Parts: sequence; structure tokens; C-alpha cells
Amino acid sequence: MLSIAHYLILSLALFTVGVVGVLARRNLIIMLMSVELILNAVNINLVAFSRLHGSVDGQAFAIFVMADAAAEAVVGLSIILVFFRNRGTVRADEMDLLKW
Amino acid sequence: MLNTLFFYFLSAIAVGSAILMVTRRNIAHAAIFLVTALLATAGIFLQLQSEFLFIVQVFLYAGGIMVLFIFVIMLLNLEPAARLAKFNRSQVIAATLALVLGAQILYAVFVGRSSLRLPALQANISPQNTEAVGDALFHQFIVPFEIVSVLLLVSLIGAAVMAKRRA
Repeated sequence: MLSIAHYLILSLALFTVGVVGVLARRNLIIMLMSVELILNAVNINLVAFSRLHGSVDGQAFAIFVMADAAAEAVVGLSIILVFFRNRGTVRADEMDLLKW
Repeated sequence: MLNTLFFYFLSAIAVGSAILMVTRRNIAHAAIFLVTALLATAGIFLQLQSEFLFIVQVFLYAGGIMVLFIFVIMLLNLEPAARLAKFNRSQVIAATLALVLGAQILYAVFVGRSSLRLPALQANISPQNTEAVGDALFHQFIVPFEIVSVLLLVSLIGAAVMAKRRA
């Protein structure tokens, strides 16, 4: 029989993979996608606890997290676009100037 | 029983494609694997009887955000960037840090697992889930809801201003 611990461990696995992606990769787009994966893992936690407590509060929170993820993707991708236009690369290592 | 099987199937897809996403050298492949992981998560939401979030996940994440990612990947001419070194030399440190963090959370889950019994599954999916979520959003969470709408407006304007080509 499934318990909440199953969902928490699934969420933990996705979260850890996302953290590895953010820390180990140097491609800005992959780092942003890993952040999306982390937010997704958080959503699994919220929905699982919403199921545990039998209320929809967790699902409402998950919707807010999704809206946040959308806003973050939009702003992050436009920053990457401008960065690529100026420097011709998407490597995080090259991001060392505030203005050029 | 079928429920358990479904859970393990979706979890395997989600974790497998997440690992593939992080390790792919080609960004377009990574984006496709992220779509698979997000769709498997949508299945997990359905299995947790929150079908409104299931459909939002499919529309918003797999449909909206990922199209945005793929547009940007195709707008940038990433031929040279795609051949970047896959991992830098700090990869061992990064993986160790992530595993330590994961082990800590795993320990916390195992300590508290006795209080995490799932209530018995309802025979069929509750038809009122969407209604209940909408009700919570527009009564209990109306202030955060409005703040999120302002946040989305700000990010829309910010993205338009930043992506505008300067003369």
C-alpha cells in the first residue's frame, strides 16, 4: 500500500537530480530547466500533503508555485536571450560582468 | 494494487527522464526529457486525485513553459555551445553536496514516516476537485492570487523590455 513517504521519496529524487543539474552543469538553459524540475518536485510534496490532510490548500499552493515557475522561466529566458546576444554564449562561467 | 503499479511506473519515467535531462549534452534533447518528466509528474497528480492540477500541469508546464524553452533553444544558434564540455571539474563536489542534502531529507522522511499513513483511497475520483480548488483560490487565497497576477504582469513587461532589440 502506498504511503505519503513514497511520494516524498519520489519528490526527493527529482529534487536531488535538479540540484545536481543546477550545481554541475554550466549551460544556463539546462540550469534553468533544472530549477523547473526542483519546483516540480516541490509541487509533488504539496499535492501529496494535500491528499494526506484531505484539503485543497496544498493544491492551491501548488498553483502559486506553478505561476512562479512560469514567471521565473519567462524572465530567466529573456535574460539568457540578451546575454547570448551580447556575448554569443550561454555558459554561466562567462557571466562575470554587470555591464559591458 | 493497480494504483501502486501505476505509481512505480510513473516514478520510474519521471526519475529516469530527469537524470537523462541533466546528463544530456544536446539542449534540445534535455528539453524533450524535461517534458517527459513533467508529464509523468502530471500522472502522479492524477493518481493523487487532484485532476485540476493534472490538467494545469499538462497545459501550463508541458504546453506553455516548455514551448517557451524550445523557442529560446531554437532562437539561439547553439551549434558551438552544444559542444561544450558536459560537466566542469567541480562536478564531483556538486554531486557530493546534492547527495548529502538528499541523505538529510531522506533521514527526515524515515524519522517521520509513521505519521504519514495515506488515508484509504476513494473508490472514484471526486468530481468536485476543480470546484474545491477554485473555491479555495477565490476565497481563502484571494490576496496571494491577486499578488500572483501582479507578478505575472511584472514578468511579462520585464521580459518584453529585456528582449527588445536596442537600436
